[in-house]
Amino acid sequence: MNKGKWIKNLTIILTFIFLYAPIIILVVYSFNQSKMNVVFTGFTFKWYKTLMHNTDLLEAFRNTLIIAGVSTVTSTIIGTISALGLYKYNFPMKKLVNGLIYIPIVIPEIVLGISLLSVYTIANLQLGMPSLIISHIAFSIPFVITSVRSTLNLLPKEYEEAAYDLGANKFNVFTKVTLPLIMPGVISGATLALTLSMDDVVISYFTAGPGSNTLPLQIYSIIKTGITPDVNALSTIMLVATIIVLTTSAIYQSRKIARRGY
Amino acid sequence: MKQKHSIEKYLFTVPVIIYSFLLILLPLLYVLLISFFKSDSYGGMIYTFTLSNYAEIFNITYIRIFLKSIGIALITTVICLFIAYPFAISLMSKKETTRNLLIKLVMVPFLMNSLIRTYGWIVLLRKNGIINSALIGTGIINSPLSLMYNNLGIIIGMVYTLLPFMILPVYSAVSKVDPNLVEASYDLGASKIKTFTKIYLPLTISGAFNGSLMVFIPAIGYFFITDILGGGKIMIIGNLIKNQFLTARNWPFGAAISIFLILMTLILVKIYKQLGGKMDDLGGM
Repeated sequence: MNKGKWIKNLTIILTFIFLYAPIIILVVYSFNQSKMNVVFTGFTFKWYKTLMHNTDLLEAFRNTLIIAGVSTVTSTIIGTISALGLYKYNFPMKKLVNGLIYIPIVIPEIVLGISLLSVYTIANLQLGMPSLIISHIAFSIPFVITSVRSTLNLLPKEYEEAAYDLGANKFNVFTKVTLPLIMPGVISGATLALTLSMDDVVISYFTAGPGSNTLPLQIYSIIKTGITPDVNALSTIMLVATIIVLTTSAIYQSRKIARRGY
Repeated sequence: MKQKHSIEKYLFTVPVIIYSFLLILLPLLYVLLISFFKSDSYGGMIYTFTLSNYAEIFNITYIRIFLKSIGIALITTVICLFIAYPFAISLMSKKETTRNLLIKLVMVPFLMNSLIRTYGWIVLLRKNGIINSALIGTGIINSPLSLMYNNLGIIIGMVYTLLPFMILPVYSAVSKVDPNLVEASYDLGASKIKTFTKIYLPLTISGAFNGSLMVFIPAIGYFFITDILGGGKIMIIGNLIKNQFLTARNWPFGAAISIFLILMTLILVKIYKQLGGKMDDLGGM
């Protein structure tokens, strides 16, 4: 191996060590007998058992799943409709709307968090699950729109025209032609919305109320007061779940490519 | 037919109009409005026009926080650039299938909860943590290094949390550079550094600015990283806004700082667009 190649491989390896070090540490210590994350004293599953009895953490996890589920479905539907609307139609103030949808992507999350909190206060909306779900929908929609739009821009117009020429009605063209063609964009938008929602700390911090702790907020308060290894156990479970989802979608995609030949 | 068309049009355009006005424009206008109000000493607001909240930003205490915050965000951005470019260029020596797999692997840690990952760094960095134990155990140092509860800890946390946002756009830009250009540059005797500054950098500048934007802006607001890895002693603009809204309950001042941040963001976005960047490329993965 020549010197240049060796340096390149080293660069890649070092970057991955940096990216994975804290995660591997957490996984390893989730099986550690000692409560302190310093010396490995022996293998155990006891933190996974403790986790099953940590009702606060499980409750927060349940809330996170509900919020992420509802907000992902809603923002994917609204986002897809919006992307199509912005792509196909002209309407008054389109330019303004087009500019506004980028704001949640670019401004610091904290600004969106406090501005949503402010309107909830004037609207007299009590902070809790509904305010959290609305907030998550609010910051997810733009990501779905841009994701769907990027596939729309690549879409040849001939497909829809051909369908019309062959006598399909508008509804059929939409469900049988347009939707399947933009599906990759819809799915990647939905994945993005799901990830953003599951991980959100900043906006949730301002829009959560009593009894509506999300998992990131619960972990935040645990880290500040003193962490126990059952959090390591939970993060290991989440990591494994993430990897399973990613691998399945990768396999699904490569099969689809193999079948269709593109 | 005309009638049908307009029903469809409403169906597809009304939701985005309602959404963008109700959940984006209205909240921001309201923040702009309260930034001109006065706060009373009970956490409420007096509805009279004042510019004093904006004047207060120029108080030396807050100027310091602003400078510190921008400094941390800038250093974070530069470090991310210095990691992302060599990584992206090194990746180009791999086959396409390997490259796609490795880029997916960059994303995996990012899909894990960011607080959990930040906590992982506590385990590594603290006084009796893994790095210090290893260094003392092998006799390299005698007393533990202060790797966290200071600026260093915050910067490590920020770089770690935001790195994927830099790697993805930089990689996507680098992968579009024609390999023949790079080869030609080497054939003509240019050094590695010269090839980078004359070929890669000019051709990938909008990708680099995209990444810088997506790293720099959140780094100003991520109060949870300063809280956890800075030990609660160090404040950035994010902590300042958070305190004004939740602890000090001086909403008008918090709102003024937020408006200031929005203006800063808009200026950066303007520069990005001038460099030829597309809005739809921002924040995409």
